Amino acid sequence: MSFSVTEPTKGTKWFAGFLVVAYAIITLVPLLWIVATGFKSPADSIAYPPVVVFEPTLEGYVNLFTDRTRATDDMLAEAGPPETWYDEIARERGTIITGPSRYGERFLNSVIIGFGSTALCMILGTAAAYAFSRFRVPLKDDLLFFILSTRMMPPIAVAIPIFLMFRNLGLNDTHLGMILLYTAVNLSLSVWLLKGFIDEIPMEYEEAALIDGYTRFQAFYKVVLPQAATGIASTAIFCLIFAWNEYAFAVLLTSGTAQTAPPFIPNIIGVNGKDWPAVAAGATIFLVPVMVFTVLLRKHLLRGITFGAVRK
Amino acid sequence: MAQIRIENVRKEFGAFTAVQSSTFTIEDGEFFMLLGPSGCGKTTTLRMMAGLELPTSGEIFIDGEEVGMKPASQRDIAFVFQMFALYPHMNVGKNISYPLLSQGMPKAQVTKKVGEIAEILGITDILKKSVGGLSGGDRQRVALGRAIVRDPKAFFMDEPLGALDAEFREHMSEELRALHDRMNATTVYVTHDQLEAMQMGDKIVVMNHGVVEQFGVPQDIYDWPATKFVAQFIGSPPMNFLDFSGMVGTGTTEVRLDDIPVQIPESREGANGRLTFGIRPEHVKLDDTSRYRGKVIATEYLGTTQIVTLETSNGLIKARLSSADKVRVDETAGLTFDPRTITLFNSETGQALRSAANLEVLGNG
Repeated sequence: MSFSVTEPTKGTKWFAGFLVVAYAIITLVPLLWIVATGFKSPADSIAYPPVVVFEPTLEGYVNLFTDRTRATDDMLAEAGPPETWYDEIARERGTIITGPSRYGERFLNSVIIGFGSTALCMILGTAAAYAFSRFRVPLKDDLLFFILSTRMMPPIAVAIPIFLMFRNLGLNDTHLGMILLYTAVNLSLSVWLLKGFIDEIPMEYEEAALIDGYTRFQAFYKVVLPQAATGIASTAIFCLIFAWNEYAFAVLLTSGTAQTAPPFIPNIIGVNGKDWPAVAAGATIFLVPVMVFTVLLRKHLLRGITFGAVRK
Repeated sequence: MAQIRIENVRKEFGAFTAVQSSTFTIEDGEFFMLLGPSGCGKTTTLRMMAGLELPTSGEIFIDGEEVGMKPASQRDIAFVFQMFALYPHMNVGKNISYPLLSQGMPKAQVTKKVGEIAEILGITDILKKSVGGLSGGDRQRVALGRAIVRDPKAFFMDEPLGALDAEFREHMSEELRALHDRMNATTVYVTHDQLEAMQMGDKIVVMNHGVVEQFGVPQDIYDWPATKFVAQFIGSPPMNFLDFSGMVGTGTTEVRLDDIPVQIPESREGANGRLTFGIRPEHVKLDDTSRYRGKVIATEYLGTTQIVTLETSNGLIKARLSSADKVRVDETAGLTFDPRTITLFNSETGQALRSAANLEVLGNG
């Protein structure tokens, strides 16, 4: 642990505080803008100069979650009065809701594929990192370099071979295929990150557990894993963010059943003109799971669980 | 508790040989010290006994059973690590109970047992605390508690006092020894501190470069070292070495240092050529009637005694004298050596020559 020798002056503290606030504003404004746009009417969303104060409407969310058709006066009369609040919003625009959109489905796909590949990546990555960290693996350095090298080119460079391979294996447009693909891309990162975290855990803990009558696996499970929780949590966040946001492979390899949310959101543009509020609503909802996941794991992101138990 | 026997145990790490064919026996109830400089193979030897390393060859017996290839979890021994290795995600009580939980002991019994151990070690009031905030001494006690809680066949300790402050070490070493006696334990203790080894140990093995140099009770090792390495490693200041050329045969009782006859214990072994005359500082006396002389080049005051360094024609020699003796730097003084305490070494091999005095300790081998 190190301490700064001089106490910062009041001016320095104010300056540091100002920088932090400024940075927070710069990062958060685009995010707030997206969230706000989701609640604007289409006219407000493209108004120039941009409107900051506006009357919020759920039209964007209604448009995101529903399919609608433009209706003539006859059709409107035939359909009778609106039955629900979202019906009412659609009617105001002269449209009739014909059914739910596929956004919910796509979102669920994102959840399954994102969390599935993250979980698989953590299981494989932790096991591999532990083995590399603790055992004498033949050609260890070469293997580690090979694992890292899989990350050296942009994954999309191998898109066509992967497309052909997936087609032959019947993995095209399947959840399993996307989970395997994202796991393969993320695994190198997770092995390297986790090896670093496990290297930092002194071997004595496991040895103590071995002496105390536990098997190697129990020692790994009961002593190493709790110590590595911090590393596993932060690595999992990295993996999830990649799998969650991935766009190119999702466009290429999925179309119907296993399509994730990122390729779906741009589809909204064009159906009924540029419906920016619906796009912003889709993006806002899409942000939520990663934020929740990060907030849930933030406790583990704080270092210091192992601090002081072994004297260094 | 159990007897531990090491037979021809050898450990190689790739091309490096950490331990070369060690053989010794630790009797039931002994406090046994593995002593040597860092890198001498003492920790590796201990880890092989514990099952944390597997020997390349040789056999290890605990309680008469060959355990060389058995995993640590099946050897029923306890290990105290230098850095304590307390589980950081558990509190003190959980740490101590952890070995019992692996045996599937019922919860009520575990709680009772942990309570007893905490009582013995005087740590009842910190059982609920996390191990992170403990002082060095309390951590040490928790580590000991975890070791003694399940009555293992033996305790293995790897420099357990190494992480403590000097002041506290003294106190803890007494506590450790008392605990050993109370438990009637067999303890194997690794240290590089010769004083600690002599203070606490019933028996000592001195290792160097992976080789067992000598094995015996502290007094024998101090008085009758088997090799120059042992003579130098043990004792502070170490044994004096005066190099000379000469010849001894069976029955020789005198050697010539700088052509002046000096009495030695009757030799039982012949040697010819470059030899080393070894004597402990406390057995060197200043006596102006002696023809063997040296010039005082330094004195070091230690309270009741002083260490006087003299230059002789065979090299430097240190004498431990009473502080009352007046010695001035640059004066020349005659030196006498207590003839019963002298050990001759072969300078080439470093081995002690057998004499009437050390035969009993070193044997005929």
